[in-house]
This record gives sequence, C-alpha cells and structure tokens, in this order.
Amino acid sequence: MTDMTTKFFAKGAQPSTHTGNRGLQIEEPLIFEAGALETSGVDFEEPEAFESRLGDVERHDSIGLPGLSEPETMRHYVRLSQKNYSIDTGIFPLGSCTMKHNPRINEKMARLPGFGDIHPLQPQKTIQGAIELMAVLSEWLTKLTGMPAVALSPKAGAHGELCGMTAIRAALEARGEAQTRRVVLVPDSAHGTNPATAALLGFEVRAVAADKDGTVRAAAVREALGPDVAAMMITNPNTCGLFEPEIAEIAAALHEAGAFLYCDGANFNAIAGRVRPGDLGIDAMHINLHKTFSTPHGGGGPGSGPVVFSESLAPFAPLPLIRKDGDSFALIENESETQGEHPFGRLVAFHGQMGMFVRAVSYMLSFGVDGVRQASEDAVLNANYIRAGLRDVMSQPFGDKVCMHEVLFDDSFLKGTGLSTLDFAKAMIDEGFHPMTVYFPLVVHGAMLIEPTESEGKQSLDQFIGALRSLVRAATQGDAERFKGAPHYAPRRRLDETRAARQPVLSYSPAQSKAAE
Amino acid sequence: MLAAIGVPSVDALYQDVPAAFRTGEIEGLPHHQSEMAVERALGRIAARNVPAGSVPFFAGCGAYKHHVPATVDHIIQRSEFMTAYTPYQPEIAQGTLQYLFEFQTQVAALTGMEVANASMWDGSTAAAEAVLMAHRLTKRNKAVLFGNLHPHYRAVIETISRYAHYETMALPSAPNTEFVESVDAETSCVVVQYPGVFGGARDLSALAELVHKAGALLIVVVTEAISFGALRSPGSMGADIVAAEGQSIGNGLNFGGPYLGLFATRQKFLRQMPGRLCGQTVDEDGKRGFVLTLSTREQHIRRDKATSNICTNSGLCSLAFTAHMTLLGEAGLRKLARLNHANAVALADKLAAVPGVEIVTRHFFNEFTIRTPKPGAAVIDALVDEGVIGGVPASRLFPGEERLDDLIIVAATETNTSGDRDAYAAALAKVLA
Repeated sequence: MTDMTTKFFAKGAQPSTHTGNRGLQIEEPLIFEAGALETSGVDFEEPEAFESRLGDVERHDSIGLPGLSEPETMRHYVRLSQKNYSIDTGIFPLGSCTMKHNPRINEKMARLPGFGDIHPLQPQKTIQGAIELMAVLSEWLTKLTGMPAVALSPKAGAHGELCGMTAIRAALEARGEAQTRRVVLVPDSAHGTNPATAALLGFEVRAVAADKDGTVRAAAVREALGPDVAAMMITNPNTCGLFEPEIAEIAAALHEAGAFLYCDGANFNAIAGRVRPGDLGIDAMHINLHKTFSTPHGGGGPGSGPVVFSESLAPFAPLPLIRKDGDSFALIENESETQGEHPFGRLVAFHGQMGMFVRAVSYMLSFGVDGVRQASEDAVLNANYIRAGLRDVMSQPFGDKVCMHEVLFDDSFLKGTGLSTLDFAKAMIDEGFHPMTVYFPLVVHGAMLIEPTESEGKQSLDQFIGALRSLVRAATQGDAERFKGAPHYAPRRRLDETRAARQPVLSYSPAQSKAAE
Repeated sequence: MLAAIGVPSVDALYQDVPAAFRTGEIEGLPHHQSEMAVERALGRIAARNVPAGSVPFFAGCGAYKHHVPATVDHIIQRSEFMTAYTPYQPEIAQGTLQYLFEFQTQVAALTGMEVANASMWDGSTAAAEAVLMAHRLTKRNKAVLFGNLHPHYRAVIETISRYAHYETMALPSAPNTEFVESVDAETSCVVVQYPGVFGGARDLSALAELVHKAGALLIVVVTEAISFGALRSPGSMGADIVAAEGQSIGNGLNFGGPYLGLFATRQKFLRQMPGRLCGQTVDEDGKRGFVLTLSTREQHIRRDKATSNICTNSGLCSLAFTAHMTLLGEAGLRKLARLNHANAVALADKLAAVPGVEIVTRHFFNEFTIRTPKPGAAVIDALVDEGVIGGVPASRLFPGEERLDDLIIVAATETNTSGDRDAYAAALAKVLA
C-alpha cells in the first residue's frame, strides 16, 4: 500500500463531514434511531364501530417499535442494500454454496397470482395447478436422479438430510433393526449439517477418513462396517470438489451389510444430466433447489431441499404425498388416506416451499434437459479453468488433477509470508471480489474452495484469475499490510467477532448504541 | 479453455466417473425453451388455481391473506439482498446483517421476549426446535401439546420427537379446551397456541404459573403475527420460548411456503438457542458494525454437538417481515390489527345471523370457529361452487375426529370488504338451506 493510501485511511485523518457521509459512502442509522412511534408509512381505513371480542388479552402497553414513512423506508433499505456484495454485483465464488445467476423469469412466475396468492388449505379443487406444478417438479427430480420417489416438503438442505435420515430410521424400524443399528458413518470432509443431523436422530457418528487423494475408499468403508451401522452419509461430488470414484462399490458394500447410503446432494450441480445418483446405488439424496436449480439464496434463505428415494425407502416418504389420476391431482395430507405407503410422519406444516418449486420449474423449463446437462459441464469446465490458471502459484492439497464444479486449494503457498487464508480472503475484497469459501472443508489446512458456477464467462474468469495471481505475487513479495489490514475499501474494516461473542448485543437498546460509538 | 486445462474434451473432465455411470441424454424431459414459451407453460398451470384475491376469501389456520405493500416486494427484489449469500464475510454484507439485527429487535419487542434469532424455516419447525431446546434446558424429555395447537405443528413435533427418542403427550383437540393437570416431573415443556387453531385467545398467565411450578417451560406458538398488534404479548404472560409463524407480516400466501419462523426467548436461555444470531460489534476503526455471532452453537463449528442442524434459514422472508414492520411501525401495526379484529367481529355477526350457524369461539382475534348443521367439508365444497372460499373445515386438519366434523374455522383480515362478508353470508344461507 502506498503512503498516500495509508494516510487516507489512517484513523481520524479525514476531515469530517456534517453527516459523516462521503460521496456514495453513506452511513445508515438503525430504524430505531431514525423512526418515531407515531410514524407509519401505511394508510388504513377506519373500521365501523364494533365491540371488541378480545376479552382479557387485549394489549394496552406500547410495543416500542418506531415506524418510517414510505420514502424513508425505501431509502433505508436501498442504502443498506448498497453495503452488500451479491451475484448481480460480481462473481461470488463460494465453494459448496453454488452462487449461480438467478434468472428473473423465475421471480415473475412465482409472483403469478395463481402461484403466489393461493392458500395451502384451499379446497383441492381450487388448487389443481399447484399440485400439478409439484408433480412436474417431482418428475424432473426423479428422472434427473434416476430414483423412483421424492418428498418435496423439506425446507432446506439440512431439513432434507433430516428427511432422508428419518426415512432410513423408519425403514430400519420396519425391519426391527432400529435398536441395533445405531451408527452412521460420515467422512471427515462432510458438511457440518451431516453429523448434526445424524446426532439429532440419536445416531452415533463414526468418522471415516478419506484417502490421501481426498476421496473415500470402499475398503475403508468395509472396514468400518458392522451390524451396528445404519447408514453412511456421503457428499458426491465431495466437498473437496472431487467425484467419489468408488461410490458404487461403497453403496454395494453398505447394502450387503444391510445399511443405507445417504447422499448429500449439495453438489448435484456438477453432475445433473450427466450422472444419475440412482445408478450409483444411492438410497436417499436431498437436492438444494437454491443451488442446482437457481432459486435465489436471499442472503441466507429461503432454501428448499426435496429428497429423492430409492425403491427401498420410497414407502416411508413423509406427508404430504401427491397422487395423479389423469389430469386431476390430489394431495394426501393425512396417514388415513394413504394406500400402502407408510409415511414416517410430517416434517413441516403444509406442503413445502411452493415459491421455490415454481422458480425451480421455471429454470428447468427454460434450460431443458439439454441445458441442465450443459450447465453442469460448464460449471466443471469453469472450475478446471480456474485450477489451470492458478495451479502454478497456489497449492492443491491432493495434487494437480481434474476437479468437478469447484477447485480446492490449501494455504501452503502462503508458507513463510506470515499471512493466513483469512488475510488472503479479505484482500480479495479490496480487489472487488467476494472471497471463496475459506477453512472448509476442515480436513484441509487453511482451505480455499472456489466454485465459479456456469454463470461466469471466460472474461470474468480471466479477471478473477488475474486478480488472484497478483495477490499471490504481492503476498510472496512481502506486501503484508495489503493483507493484514484488509479490507480497506469495504463499507467496514475487519469486525471484532470476539467482542460480538463475548458481550453479545443482539437487539437495539439506546444505551448499547451509545456505548458502541 | 480446454487447451489451457490440458484436456481434449469436456468428457475428459468427468474421467473420475466410471464409464458405466456416465449417462447419455436423460429421456422423457423437454429441451430448453424461450422465455415466452416458459411463461405460457407456467401461466397455463397457474390458471388452474383460484387465487385468494379473486374471490371472497376466509381461509386461515396458520396462513393468512394480508396485503403486502408494493414497497416491500420491491425491497426484497433488490439484487443486493436477493442474490447475496449468508453474510459470512461481514465487511461486504452489512446490509443483510443490519436488517437482521433490526429484525431480531422487532421480533423480541413484538413477542415481549429478550432475545430473538435471525429466523427459522417456518412456525412449525420453530415450534419443534423450541421443544428440543426445552429438553436441553430442563434435561427432561416429555412435551405436553395443548389441544389448541395446529395439527400440522403437532405432527411436526411428534415426528421429530419420535425419531429423536423424546416423548410427547397430545391433549384432546376442541375449540374451548380447559387446562388439564398433565404436567409431571418428566415434562420439559407445555406447548400452547395463542390464539389457538380454532381462533380462541385466552390469558396464559395461570398456565405459565402452573408450568413453572412444575419446573417446566412454557412454549407459546403464534401462527398469526398481526395479532401481536392487538393482544398482550406472550412474554408478558410468562412464556419462556415463543415460536411463531411470521408470514402474515410482509409475506404472501405462496401455497404454504416460503414462510419464516420467529424464535424468541429469555436472555438466560441464549446459549441453548438454535439458529443464526446477528450481533453488534465494532470494526478496526471503531465503527459500529454487525456480524453473525455465537456460532459455537451451530453445526458448521460444532458438528454433531450443535444445538440444531439448521443452516440456511429464511433470510429474504425476514427482510420482507422487517421492511413491512418498519413501514407499519407500532402505530400502523395496531391499526392493522384493529381492522382485522373489526372485520372478524363483523363477519361473526353476519354469519351468526345465518339460520343454523353457531359461533363457537367466544374471544378471538381475526379467526373463529362456526358450527354448521351440515358437515363442514361439504359446506366448504359447496361454497366454492358459489364462488366463496369460506374457511377450513376442521375435518381437513383433524381427520377421523368425528365430533369436530361440523366445525369450520373462519379467518377475516383487512383484505375483506363488507361486500365479501355479504357474499359469504348469502352463499352460506343458500348452501345450508
């Protein structure tokens, strides 16, 4: 960093402005500091005189929440939005998260009154189209995965895991083996949700170490297998961005031992249209519609995590079920209406994330089966192009070999620079990029997991590669301040996370607001 | 690009996939289409549904037809909010983090609790998480579920409890249930809905006292968030955890999802709370900023020791909630709640005048139960043919409970006009005649 910029960013060096704002760098107060209790930006008609029937629960005290006028509200949120990085701002290369373009046709379709303005408990003859839409989505998901059944209701990936693992538990109960099979095998590179889900259901988690090439050996699984094993949870392609080459042998070994194979489908976007998980012997897999099928991440949700099932688990899928009879559709909402199925119960009120179903189907119809396949190929091509562009300056933990939709680096290329993965990531912000996923998977030291998705063109990838190469050069040439102090150019410098956790301030109060200043 | 990578073809990038599993084009699915064609295809499917806004509409039971201001829908479609990820890099996610902090503050104030998280998937999963949290806090393992709890919520709690090896005891369902002495030394929590699924609202203070005396916790479920503007807060009546559905504020019906779970509790229970939390801190220059915090409770750090497996939550739905709530302010929310109640009272009076109809719920907010001389399901079905969606028959939620078959649960909101009420009463009179 130059002397001038150091000076410019030195604390207190800038002449202050009346508002504290400067150009487009605008500070925005909390609504509780800006609004007033009597202000409202919404107009309502007065009801005709009536006699309250609230009884003794009528509220008389103040809630204490100020409001803003409509223009103030708009300005508040527009100003806040400008402090966010998003896919529409630039490449968002978070490995394992799949930040692909969110087509706006999906938004338009989800807002059709026939989808957005229907109630989950309307009489079924008034929502035939809603159930038809669910049937269309089911058909796509079962055909793309080569698996016979699907439960649409899970609200997100972790909820899908819960759905799949509960179905496994129900199947074991039906075989009378729920008491004896208590162990779930999880590779140590798994998403944190995998062991958390297994533990929630009372399973004991047994870790399986990957081989030195980053993938799991069938032999290692066989060794861990026993009569106490209920299932294995595996991510494929795995969190190191590698396809598990022995996945079918692993499935066969599990089945032979009477156990099931659950697949975390977070990375389905690498293989959709090219590999059918059902062919590999998978028994249950969730599909994050917000990853593979382009529904927006929305700053952390809402997601949607339908689960596909093999023949052996299909009867245990949770309520609701969909039935098709010619052109007429029915939702089976209660166990008493089932015909031979044994749903393990209900995971959620109503029927799942309809708004996300519409968006996903909109994407599927737009892309088609040919486009879905090409999107997978392009995602893999883009990740490998980044790998090729960086392999001589950054370090790959498992050697230089073909990856799937994401490429994993470790921090050994930073050895001797005194810099960490976090420093490197924060310096990327100053280059105008969102950092990659860092410190995940946990099995790799200082992991940096890059997933460009198919949405990026070659020019964008070249810029990204160029920026990272220049950062690596700066790091190895000892320009430590560029990293240690980064980010310098974001709406905030590095934030004190320790303080946030030690003295948690989780809601606004006037006193704490003052103390922070 | 292939040359730079050093492979002859894209196929070569799939070399780790055994050849037997590389599939050709999957059959039976259509090829890509133009945007116009997609609009036509989905428009045709959407047209098979009857939108709530197109008829006099009175269905509730955990999902409510409210007006969402245009401002709210615009805000949630801002690219910077809609196409952002979970704010793991706080320096470039202050927009998301600040609204989450504001959201938490609003939820805590509305529920009358001390801390709220950054949202759950929906009300039903929030209720299930509340039960698991109560088990952790009390080190007991039985949940008592009140008879006024939405049956889907009950089923969600029962499902997770069964497979996670916890006990549940569901009390009989009826519009006017009494508090039963069912709390014992094994009971970790009592789950009660407020207002109940049949619409009834009652003071929970006595129940809270009874529950606390037994060393258990009171979980209050709220499925109609507008009620916070008219009813005493759960916190003021002794709730330990509030698990609520936030859809009514800022979010459309969407056939049941995406919605958002509100989750609030006492400060002393903070460390056992599930889900993401946003906290205030400062940056290197001493400027106020926000980060996700206390993540040592969460799955990506604690893995199998986490308080919950939740990861993605309902970010954008919580933005819709907080933006709508900001636009309303306390003054607007109270007016809106008053209008809802007024419309429900007017509807109840109208329907009570229809021969044979009895209003079963005495005290209510914007939803109540009626008894009709014919089975509720048949009445609702016949009403559709008269162009009215008249509520939810109890038999849809309580199949097999024949004593509830003549009940219909009816909701009224600010969206109903007096013309809607007249149309309902006239159609009901015709159907029952």
